[in-house]
Amino acid sequence: MSTDISPAIELRGASKTFRTPSGGLHTAVRGLDLTVGRGEFVAVVGPTGCGKSTTLTLVSGLEEPSQGEVLVVGEPVRGVGDKVGFVFQQDATFPWRTVLSNVMAGPRFRGVPKAEAKRKAREWLARVGLTAFEDRYPHQLSGGQRKRVALAATFVNDPEILLMDEPFSALDVQTRALMSDELLELWAGTGASVVFVTHDLEESIALADKVVVMTAGPATVKQIFDIDLPRPRKVESVRLEARFIEIYREIWESLGEEVRITRERGAAHVA
Amino acid sequence: MSPEVLSTPVVETAKAPDRAHSRARAARRRRIVVAVSRVLLLAAVLGLWEVLSRAKIIDPFNFSMPSKIWDQIWTWITHGTALGSLGEQIWYTLYEALLGWVIGVVGGVVFGIAFGRITLLADVLGPYIKVLNSIPRIVLAPIFVIWFGLGPASKVASAVVLVFFPVFFNAFQGAREVDRNLVANARILGASDRRVTLQVVIPSATSWIFTSLHVSFGFALIGAIVGEYIGATKGIGLLVAQSQGTFNSAGVYAAMVILAVVALLAEGLLTFAERRIFRWKPSDSDS
Repeated sequence: MSTDISPAIELRGASKTFRTPSGGLHTAVRGLDLTVGRGEFVAVVGPTGCGKSTTLTLVSGLEEPSQGEVLVVGEPVRGVGDKVGFVFQQDATFPWRTVLSNVMAGPRFRGVPKAEAKRKAREWLARVGLTAFEDRYPHQLSGGQRKRVALAATFVNDPEILLMDEPFSALDVQTRALMSDELLELWAGTGASVVFVTHDLEESIALADKVVVMTAGPATVKQIFDIDLPRPRKVESVRLEARFIEIYREIWESLGEEVRITRERGAAHVA
Repeated sequence: MSPEVLSTPVVETAKAPDRAHSRARAARRRRIVVAVSRVLLLAAVLGLWEVLSRAKIIDPFNFSMPSKIWDQIWTWITHGTALGSLGEQIWYTLYEALLGWVIGVVGGVVFGIAFGRITLLADVLGPYIKVLNSIPRIVLAPIFVIWFGLGPASKVASAVVLVFFPVFFNAFQGAREVDRNLVANARILGASDRRVTLQVVIPSATSWIFTSLHVSFGFALIGAIVGEYIGATKGIGLLVAQSQGTFNSAGVYAAMVILAVVALLAEGLLTFAERRIFRWKPSDSDS
């Protein structure tokens, strides 16, 4: 098998166990098998706290699996590679750098000359519509604008693999829809493979080619749904289509059960 | 169009600047009241001191009086002290404190960041640092005079040990409390460990470090003064010691006044530098 046809991401029986501060062991992910094809947009949904984010840290190389294998473009992951981009749930812009300098950070870290990095950064700032804000500091921007900076800072590195951990969950509903559309536009030009973690089923159907439903923690793949809605999509309008609602109902039947299990466990924990 | 519709906006626009004007005037009046009250308070305290001392209600020998203290300062300025010109004494003390402060700060920051980044170092040396920190370090000053003699070196050394620990602990804490997301983000973006330290850990620890700089400059002055007090050839601490030796309480107070002025000037410079460095931070009025 040549590397040319190997999938973008492959998890084979991956497990991750953490040591909790109290000394116990917590298994976040168990026996996870997942394949993401080249250029595919995969959304991962599951109940809160089930270990979806851990899956991303395994793919990114920030954490190593306790068991099993993680392959990126056919190669086993050894530490943080240069093929991966990661958009975090929380704000991860550097507060002491200006917007332009934030977007330049990636190329500069990777040894791109300053002038070249600046040119690329300006190009991506233009694409996310922040050209006028390049001299501002992050605290002078709105939450949505800061997310745009994060997107530009990620895309400027030309990642083959784009990992997104509930990137828009902190934004208000209107901004979130707008950002989802922008993400689809930005992604369309790159051919990157995306893993988008969210707990919002609507968001996942609107964005993805494939929706992966995770079980209640420890997370493993429960079911995979193909989303056959045509592209290009507009997030606000696609969710009103009959087919969308049909898919939604189908997936919710699977996801709802896991959400219920998580909720019951939480209740038992409180009691 | 009815006349009311026309007239209402006219009244509004006429009123708005008027209100802003009166608000600005009230704010100005308040500032004046605060400033005048401050001056009056100072005058009252100094006046009371002077009167009580002159009336011998408090012992003028022990407590001196503002006029005598001022006379003492003036004599020092115009005729120099017994040790040489006043400027020279101030410069000597300032030089020792500054040198000690810079060495202590650089050492504290370097070690603090290193300990914060290298867990093994922190685990091995942590207990020893705690033991050293628990020694009341001012008692080291006599040792330093024995080791380094009466010159500036012994004062610099006592300033260094006083400055090092608060800076060290703050830098350590700052390095430990770096936002994990920022570090993860930098690594994903391609930063090496060295870059993470230089471009993520150090910038985010600067606000911690700066907090300690304010306190520690005071410590550096204390180190220099105590060192001089114990044994020196020049400096304000020696001036205090000599005034005490001749039962010149006005001289002790005068030295205190001079020190306070020096410390306030240094504090002002530090605040200025801080404003320049922390332009990226939201100011209090923003949030």
